[in-house]
Formats: sequence, C-alpha cells, structure tokens
Amino acid sequence: MLKGGSRDTGKLLMERSVPGRMGVVTPLLDVPLQPMPDASLLRDDLSLPEVSEPEVVQYFTALSQLNFSIDTQFYPLGSCTMKYNPKINDEMAFLPGFAAIHPLQPEEQSQGALELLYRLQEFLGEITGMAGVSLATLAGAHGELAGVLMMRAYHHAQGDTGRTKMAIPDSAHGTNPASAAMAGFDVVSLASDKDGNVDLEALHELAGPDLAGVMITLPSTLGLFDQNIVEVCRIVHEAGGLVYGDGANMNALLGRTKLGDLGFDVIHLNLHKTFSTPHGGGGPGAGPVCCAPILAPYLAAPVVAAGGSNGNGSVGTYSLSSPEQSIGKMSGYHGNFGVLVRAYTYIRTLGDAGIKSISGNAVLNANYLLQALKDIYYLPYDRTCMHEVVLSADWQRARGVSGLDVAKRLLDYGFHAPTMYFPLIVHEALMIEPTEAENRDTLDAFIQALRDINQESFDDPDFVHHAPHTTPVSRLDEAGAARHPDLRWRPEA
Amino acid sequence: MSPDDRRYTREHEWAKLDNADSRLVSVGITAFAQDELGDIVYFDLPNAGDSVSYMVKMGEVESVKAVSDLFSPVTGQIEAVNDELVDHPELVNDDPFESGWIMKVVLADLAELETLMSASEYDEYIGSN
Repeated sequence: MLKGGSRDTGKLLMERSVPGRMGVVTPLLDVPLQPMPDASLLRDDLSLPEVSEPEVVQYFTALSQLNFSIDTQFYPLGSCTMKYNPKINDEMAFLPGFAAIHPLQPEEQSQGALELLYRLQEFLGEITGMAGVSLATLAGAHGELAGVLMMRAYHHAQGDTGRTKMAIPDSAHGTNPASAAMAGFDVVSLASDKDGNVDLEALHELAGPDLAGVMITLPSTLGLFDQNIVEVCRIVHEAGGLVYGDGANMNALLGRTKLGDLGFDVIHLNLHKTFSTPHGGGGPGAGPVCCAPILAPYLAAPVVAAGGSNGNGSVGTYSLSSPEQSIGKMSGYHGNFGVLVRAYTYIRTLGDAGIKSISGNAVLNANYLLQALKDIYYLPYDRTCMHEVVLSADWQRARGVSGLDVAKRLLDYGFHAPTMYFPLIVHEALMIEPTEAENRDTLDAFIQALRDINQESFDDPDFVHHAPHTTPVSRLDEAGAARHPDLRWRPEA
Repeated sequence: MSPDDRRYTREHEWAKLDNADSRLVSVGITAFAQDELGDIVYFDLPNAGDSVSYMVKMGEVESVKAVSDLFSPVTGQIEAVNDELVDHPELVNDDPFESGWIMKVVLADLAELETLMSASEYDEYIGSN
C-alpha cells in the first residue's frame, strides 16, 4: 500500500471526500431560474465524493502503479500464454485507416481493412492446415461454442440427430465441457492413461452412433503432446464423430505441426495467447475458428471473400459473405477488428522462420524449468513437455506448504503465480508456462525463487503458509470473500 | 481412520443408516474429500422430495480450488436437505461426518447399503490413491 496523503491507495475515493472540495467550478447561473416541472424527479441522496482534480489523478495513478503486467514482471501463468506483446502491433492498429473506420462503412470504402481480414484468414488457415476460417468469434470459449455448434449443424444436416454425446479428456481445457453443454451436448469425461495421453480403450467404449465428437486440447493441459492423437482422430472418425481441437496451446506447435494434417475437423485459436494480442483485464479477445472443408459451409458469419474467387465482385476486391449453411452471427459486425490487426502484424513481423522459432523457444524454456526443478518439485508425468510444465507441490505439502502457499510466496519474489490446482488430475498442481519471450536470466531467477521457497518449506513452513509478506495486502481470506461477498462501499450509518 | 458406522463410495461420499425401520440414511462427503477440496464456499443441492439414484449427479460443491460434482451414494427419495450449508458451507470442512451432513434419503432398497465400501475398504482405497 502506497503511503502519503492522496496517493494512499488504502482509502477509497468515497472515504476521502471533504465537503466543499471540488475539481470543477461551475459558472454562475446567467439565465432566469426555472422551477423543475416535477420536483419528485430530484433526489437528494446522490452520494458522490467531493475531491479535487489532482487528488483524483494522484489516487488513480497510484493505483495504476500497483498493476502487475507482462511489461513489468514475469508472468508464467500456465495455459494463458502471457507473452510479450510487441508495441508495433499497437502502432499498426492505431493507423487511422484501421482505427477510424466504421463497421457500417460501405465495402468499397473499407477494402484495405477487408484485405487485411482476408489475408489473416489465409495465414491462420495455412498455420493450422485448415480450409475454412472465420474471424468473427471474440474469445477462446466463444470460438469453442461456435465450433461445437458447427459440429451439431453438420450432424443434423446429415439427418443424424442421435449424436448427443461429446467426449472430453480430463486433461482438456476447463471451458470445453461448458461450451459443449451450452450447445446442448451431454458431456462425457474421457480418462487419461498413465502417460497422460487419451486412454484409447476408454475412447473405443465411447465411440458409437451417439458420439457427436471429442474435444481435444493439444498439447493437453498437462503440457504434453498426445502421442496417440492420429489414432484418436481415426477412432472418432470411424464411429462417425468429429474431432474438435482447442488451440489454446498452439504456442507449442506453431510452424511445426498442423492440426488439420493430424485429423482435426474444427479448432479455435486464441489470438490473445498465441498471436500476442493483449489479454486479460476484460479487454477484447479473439478466438477465430478454423475448419476442414466439410465444415466450412457452417462457419459463423461473416467471412471475407476475395473478389472473383466465388463469383462475387471483381478480381482484386474483397467482400463480406455468409457461408451457405452458416450457424449465423456470433457477434456484431466483424469480430474485434483492432485485435485482428495486431495478430496480422505479429505474423507479418515474424515471417515463416520467426513463427517457427516461437514454438521452439517456448518448448525449450518450459523444459529448462522442468529439468531445473524436478528434483525438488514432484513431476507427475516424467516426459519431455511442450510449452508448459505441470509440477506438483505434493512433497512440500507433506511439510505443511501447499501449492497455494508456494504460489503466494512467489509474489514476494516479484513473480506472478503459476496456474494452481489445474489440471484437476494432478494433486497440488503448479502449471508453469514461461513462453518464448523470457530470457535465461529471468528463468534462472524464477528457478532460484522456487528452490528458495522449497528450502523455506523445510525451515519455516509457517512463514510460507502466511505469504505474501511484501505485497500491498497480504494473504486474503478467499473462502470468506466467496462465502460472504461484500462488494459495495456503503456510507457509515 | 473413517468412522465404521457407515458405508462409502469411490467418489468419496458416505451413507449412514439412521433408522432401519424407515430406511432413512444420512449422506455426506468424507474427511478426505473435504481436505482435497480445500475451503468449501458453495453447495448446489437438490430439494427435499427429489429422487436420487446411485452414482447419479445430485448436486455440486464449489471450493476455492474447483467446482466438483456430487454423486448420490444411494437410490431413493430425499427426506431432508441440510439448509445450514447454504450460509455455512464450512460446516463440511469442520465436521464432515456429523453436522456437515448433506441430505437424508429414504432408501428404495435397504440392501443397497451393503454394496458400498466398508470403512476399512474405503481407507485402503484412499491410501492406495
């Protein structure tokens, strides 16, 4: 907590109100006073803080300085791919030709923007090995929902309405079951085998005439590449089902493997993870959907067509169109356009070789952490990992220090906590994703912090159990906050 | 050691016979389950009068770590639900086997209890996991 008058962030704006203090002096009345037509419209209990302008600026600036971000500190939040966002992405998005156009502007006035969308569709199709791309979905789970709705539309179009089950591995992303349930499917959990791959026997049992498909996260949330993935796709296809790919972990595969070549039918990408657009804080995301030719007629509208390619318009012009059996619109207008400009810029900046180096360095960094830590943190699946490593604090817990405690203590070392207690199949899971953006100095400092905390779990477990000790607020009562939420400031009675 | 006056499931629920004549059992989750969950913050429970079936989802429990399904260890009709858990879900953390009971069920078939694990079988099961 910052100290010092109006920069003290421990006090809400309402609590610093002083009667008569103000930021703006309104001019004196220079017209005749008129009575309100209906005085009952006035209320006298509108409680606004009375504060000056510098006080407000100092307060919010002090709050902003407490922000934790990828531009300030290491952010190894597993599964979220918190990588550096190059500033040139923003510069391009701010170009007036992109930033100042209106989504209802006629197509002939927006050709540049449409061309960019078309090229991005082509790039994402090439990167994933998929024929159809729609950029209209606004987040990962939004893309998932669109994808499973497309699967349903496909089955129904074949007159096949008995496929009610969606199988989802227990190492998949947590949003997958929710997306399938929202699309009306019955979710069936698919077990992992001892190596962390999909259990093929369990899949064989589920593969039948009522199976709509499976939703696979590749690499899985264990940070592992499923070695049976081609066989998984074959089994599902033979049973008449479709394979959905959660592309949230594409950072591990960029330029190395195309999901379309492996047998996936429809996937989504998280541009705010893999393609370095901003993320978190409620900002706009983008979860484009890419699919095989059989599902392309069902893509969410709109998609951008190049003139001449489908009989629309003249060669060299671009237009918006709706696929013939589209599941419909998933958003207003054309998706989060500014985010799409940033992703396009990222791809163009890196080029073929650069794209490939992302996955190479992301996987290298995760394995560097794995090798440096597995002697003191239990590694439940002792395999080469992909872009993230899932460790367990089981050994520390035996000494009274849980995964949560380790995560909280990392804050004292200036690092963001890893994802905790996920995937659910790993006890005391700590899911660490360094991304390609970090150098060896940062990784070494992080390794040292985790080694120090492990030593503390021997020497002073209670100290770790009460961490963090150096943050503006120390250990929060999470259970109390969830059980008895107190979300609103109220004046003292 | 789990109490040996009741029966257990692999999903970590217990069922304890309260009254053999009326086939009434109490149902809850085990000490092991609440310890794995961590601080429990919310229960989504069925209503009295609802029917429940063996190993069919009957509700959800949310902890600071995760949301998990609750499965009924028995088949029958719900006689009562522990309303205290609405405001005090922590009762299940503090006292999972007694005041943290979740519901009372009139069994369809008293013999169903015998098919569940005994306390020693359950302890062996969680020990091997």
